[in-house]
Amino acid sequence: MNHVTTTLDHGSEAAPDATEEATRTPVLRGLVRQLGPALRLMLVATVLLGVVYPAVVWGISRMPGLSGPAEGSVSASGSASLIGIDPVPADPGADPWFHLRPSASAPASATAGLGPADPSTSGGSNLATTADKLAQAVAQRRSAIAGREGVSPAAVPDDAVTASASGLDPDISPAYAALQVPRVARVTGLAPAQVEALVADATHGRALGVFGEPTVDTSELNAALAATRPGLR
Amino acid sequence: MSDTAAGLLQLLVLLVLLAAAWRPLGDWMARVYTAEGHWRVERAIYRVGRVDPDSDQRAGTYALAILAVSFVGVLLVYLIQRVQGFLPLDGTAGGDSKGAVDPSVAFNTAISFVTNTNWQSYVPETTMGHVANAAALAVQNFVSAAVGMAVAVALVRGFLRSRSGRIGNAWVDLVRGTVRVLVPLSVVLAIVLVACGVVMSFRTGITLTAADGSTHAAAIGPVASQESIKELGTNGGGILNANSAHPFENPNGGTNVLEILAMLLIPVALTRTFGRMVGDMRQGVSLLAVMTILWGGMLAVIWAAEAHAPAVTGGGMEGKETRFGIPSSALFADSTTGTSTGAVNSLHDSYTAFGGGGTLLNMLFGEVSPGGVGTGLYSILVIAIIAVFLAGLMVGRTPELLGKSLGRREVTCAAIVVLVMPALVLLGTGAAVVLPGTSDALTNAGPHGLSEVFYAFASAANNNGSAFGGLTVTSPFFQIALGAAMLFGRFLPILAVIALAGLLSAQPRREASAGTLRTGTPLFAGLVTATVLLVSAITFLPALALSPVAEGLTATAQIGVHQ
Repeated sequence: MNHVTTTLDHGSEAAPDATEEATRTPVLRGLVRQLGPALRLMLVATVLLGVVYPAVVWGISRMPGLSGPAEGSVSASGSASLIGIDPVPADPGADPWFHLRPSASAPASATAGLGPADPSTSGGSNLATTADKLAQAVAQRRSAIAGREGVSPAAVPDDAVTASASGLDPDISPAYAALQVPRVARVTGLAPAQVEALVADATHGRALGVFGEPTVDTSELNAALAATRPGLR
Repeated sequence: MSDTAAGLLQLLVLLVLLAAAWRPLGDWMARVYTAEGHWRVERAIYRVGRVDPDSDQRAGTYALAILAVSFVGVLLVYLIQRVQGFLPLDGTAGGDSKGAVDPSVAFNTAISFVTNTNWQSYVPETTMGHVANAAALAVQNFVSAAVGMAVAVALVRGFLRSRSGRIGNAWVDLVRGTVRVLVPLSVVLAIVLVACGVVMSFRTGITLTAADGSTHAAAIGPVASQESIKELGTNGGGILNANSAHPFENPNGGTNVLEILAMLLIPVALTRTFGRMVGDMRQGVSLLAVMTILWGGMLAVIWAAEAHAPAVTGGGMEGKETRFGIPSSALFADSTTGTSTGAVNSLHDSYTAFGGGGTLLNMLFGEVSPGGVGTGLYSILVIAIIAVFLAGLMVGRTPELLGKSLGRREVTCAAIVVLVMPALVLLGTGAAVVLPGTSDALTNAGPHGLSEVFYAFASAANNNGSAFGGLTVTSPFFQIALGAAMLFGRFLPILAVIALAGLLSAQPRREASAGTLRTGTPLFAGLVTATVLLVSAITFLPALALSPVAEGLTATAQIGVHQ
């Protein structure tokens, strides 16, 4: 065998600290010897990577055009955000808004998560697809939404009856937006075609035609709706 | 375009981007770790650290340097969390101070981020301030990634050197990996992410007005700078609880594919670095082929399972974002569990039995599909050693790899690397399920409840960090047991790999003889793939049968009854 035993050899290394007398065993002594450089390098890393690096990225994010989105707002007025918060559900005869998906952080009083989320935190239900609790929640949501929109439960799309991962999903599927158009038109007094045009403006295809899924941004859509009918709030 | 067609096209674009980056990045990293000269900024860092960058270390010294930097890292991260009450920018969205992080959470988190796991037993929005995130956690996102790359490169040097026993300089490898690879990529990606809509704010909260005029306080933070290294370093710890599912961390399909690309970039390109360093690109390509087969296979399983989720629980959309849907969620889930990143853009706990089981199995392969930054390369090289050894036993050839013979001690080191993770996962899961408190910690009952515990230990021991989030892990048992799993799951394999590097380096390099099994061939790639599957199947089949498989079969049977 040609193996040369690998020993803990410290003699040939640059000895940064004279702490040889500190401990007796070679392993511990070796570790102690490496702790000095480790501490000094970690402090350097903390300054360069922990302070300078985020400060540089933040500085670049102050460029015109980037600073608004970097602060969480996607419109100049601040009325549209990346985050979606469902308007408080009202009586279907007087509910003018496009509603969002259920949220795990909606208040306990809300029907199965149909209500405004709490954006001070984020998260989902973590319920399994085989959990009875999830099946019950989905059934409750389905019947509540079908009643609100005056359609059959089978017509309600999947995204409408499921809580998102973040609980703050601003987007709904084009199918769920289309489902809400008749009610929104009736309550606001707008022509259905006008509401459909607003939906079309807030509909985004896949990024570069390939990435992700087509969505309707409710934050944008409800802001546009409010601008058309100033009395809604 | 149908959803499936768009999903496949997205996959194709991702693969093209990865292929385009593979060559320049892989070659660059090979130069980084073999170049003679030091950059000026690096010399300054070595002077401050008082280290000699030109010394060539033996395995023991190299290992001690890695341990020392990790030990100091744990202390610093723990300390910063504990003094958070005195630090600025620690407010919640509502404006309250988050105060000091609890000792058990701080301990678990310190280990988690130093071991490149990024398991989070806390809710960031209410626990971790901006300073702790940026100056403690994100620093470890860089350093722990650099550690993984350093260990992988040290192992490659073991194959290259002859009768030496020395494997390079740990300080130089750590500094160069950070300065020349991770920082430039992170800065560029962070800026691109900001341009695509990821937030970057040092405010602690903003006020949002909903359509009906009601106002809500929302948490915000310096996300983009941390998001980029979180993915590039295969770390995965989010600044916000929902991680890459949060619109602030991952606002659209474009940022989503960039984040997936960032996770896969370095682990995949390191196969090129390996091929370049050993001077035989076929060796690197064959390992890349193994990684691709495993990653692709698991993607097919996860995607197909989610696309056939039961309608009664919402057709697979529970725990998924509208902008990602099923294809982009499955692609992210496969990549995050394959690379040991652990970031999530959808909740794996709400995946179907076989979809969630797929993410679990992807971790149980042991960081080879394609594995974490550095950990992927050294893990698959260790599997290659086992494969050569097994094949050698079967056909009576000399177990040799790249001119080094694989004797008892080399194979012992490799066996330790392969066996540590399963031992931690199975012992940890077993201990947890017999403890009386565990059933109260579960969100879901039955086989899926077992999956939650199984997933937690698989995630910790593989330094992945993703979770079946339904498991409440704040009890002392889980904090300590999962902390230990992360610690041993990281450093026992690292020590064994460095010892292996030293043993290989001490050997003379032999020329291949007629009795040598040829590596770097499609046959060899098949052999390595079979070894991965064999090892994980033998170890985990009983446990998997009781959790995702049992859940899946029960669900199928129930659907049958209803029809």
